Amino acid sequence: MRPFTYERATSAEGAVKAAAETPNARFIAGGTNLLDLMKLEIETPAHLIDVGRLPIAAIEDTADGGLRIGAMASNSHVAADARVRSRYPVLTQAIVAGGSGQLRNKATTGGNLLQRTRCAYFYDTSKPCNKRAPGSGCGALEGLNRNSAIFGASHACIATHPSDMAVALTALDATVETLSPSGQARSFSIVELHRLPGETPDVETHLIPGELITAVVLPPPPMDAKGGGGQVYRKVRDRASYAAGLASVAVAGGRIALGAVAHKPWRAEKAEAALALGSSGVEAIAVELSEATHSHRNGFKIDLLRRLVPVAIAQANGSEA
Amino acid sequence: MKTTITVNGEARALDLDPRTTLLDALRETLRLTGTKKGCDHGQCGACTVLVNGTRINSCLSLAVMHDGDAVTTIEGVGQVGALAPIQQAFLTEDAFQCGYCTPGQICSALGMLAEVAAGWPSQETADLTAPIRLTDDELRERMSGNICRCSAYPQIVAAIRSVAGEAA
Repeated sequence: MRPFTYERATSAEGAVKAAAETPNARFIAGGTNLLDLMKLEIETPAHLIDVGRLPIAAIEDTADGGLRIGAMASNSHVAADARVRSRYPVLTQAIVAGGSGQLRNKATTGGNLLQRTRCAYFYDTSKPCNKRAPGSGCGALEGLNRNSAIFGASHACIATHPSDMAVALTALDATVETLSPSGQARSFSIVELHRLPGETPDVETHLIPGELITAVVLPPPPMDAKGGGGQVYRKVRDRASYAAGLASVAVAGGRIALGAVAHKPWRAEKAEAALALGSSGVEAIAVELSEATHSHRNGFKIDLLRRLVPVAIAQANGSEA
Repeated sequence: MKTTITVNGEARALDLDPRTTLLDALRETLRLTGTKKGCDHGQCGACTVLVNGTRINSCLSLAVMHDGDAVTTIEGVGQVGALAPIQQAFLTEDAFQCGYCTPGQICSALGMLAEVAAGWPSQETADLTAPIRLTDDELRERMSGNICRCSAYPQIVAAIRSVAGEAA
């Protein structure tokens, strides 16, 4: 690791102030992704602001029947929360599909959203990567792109977002709450958090530099026409446990989000619209996939989703595919 | 940077480069070499320790982030002549070959059993609202963050099972 200085923040306001005043500062909470990247010198912050003990780890009921999850709530605590398990099972299923027990105990809600891609070219500092070294090119375009994006990719970057949790939060239509460097609180839909790569894949979110995620807010659980929960998370990967996804799907009510197939959790709005008009799951995902693109080695993801999504929709509806 | 961590019940005052991981502080500074460094990237689980009773990868955490925390390493689980039941079970069931992953496996198993007792679900948990039944599939899934290159997995399951008891 490159040398850095370290401080522990005692308030969210103090944390964003420190971030605004210190060049090349980064927040650290669980650290499971950031420290991995710092060891490889992919991340080289000059200063770490430890936000891990900020008093924003509670999971609280909201007045409208939803749930506010503090940004420092660990992945394990969120997955195990009785309200999450009973009312937002898709979120528990997604979280326990990711990482290992040890990692989930350390990883936080805010950090999970901001984890970085597992693209091999991002990790290998001897290879070109526009995300790690802007302007150096994309090694994955013509290289080992088996786990690359099939939606929303650009000629500059075909990396995917690795989070499982964020896919479920997208299907649940969650809202992200933040504190900006000037101390201003704001909130926005989770679909507005991450951006597509375009020409600047190094810029992964719409957050202002130094802006801190403070909470994720879930609206009341979705209800389908029959009053059921209609939630399910399904993930396909190379081994049964402790592996990043090749493709995943979260269904919550009528909403569908796809994981490991784009630079951000992919809200499948075209499939949702088709379903709402009475299409079958098979027909609905076909509409979404009509706009998918693929590279040399990741075309199989299209077939995976063609099979996976209708099964997940049927499971969420309580019927067989 | 000054940091105080309680390790196996004893407060230890440290003065560390902020880059020092919890793993390196335990091994290199405190000379508690029972905790092993495998991959150093959170992929193998050999460095698993308990922090305030919760299992984590000590390689993916900075020591300075643990000021005031209570850490339990394999040396704090038990010692020769006074082994903890889980340690004796690994011997009885022959749950290792080279033994390099074993301290991490044991600390992870202790953390895992506490998670089961607290009712935390895993991806093997079919009914998220029912009490956890620690089936062999549940046990294997919950231990998937600990790799054993000698592949002593069946014996590791047997050792943990002998301490946990049969699934209800």
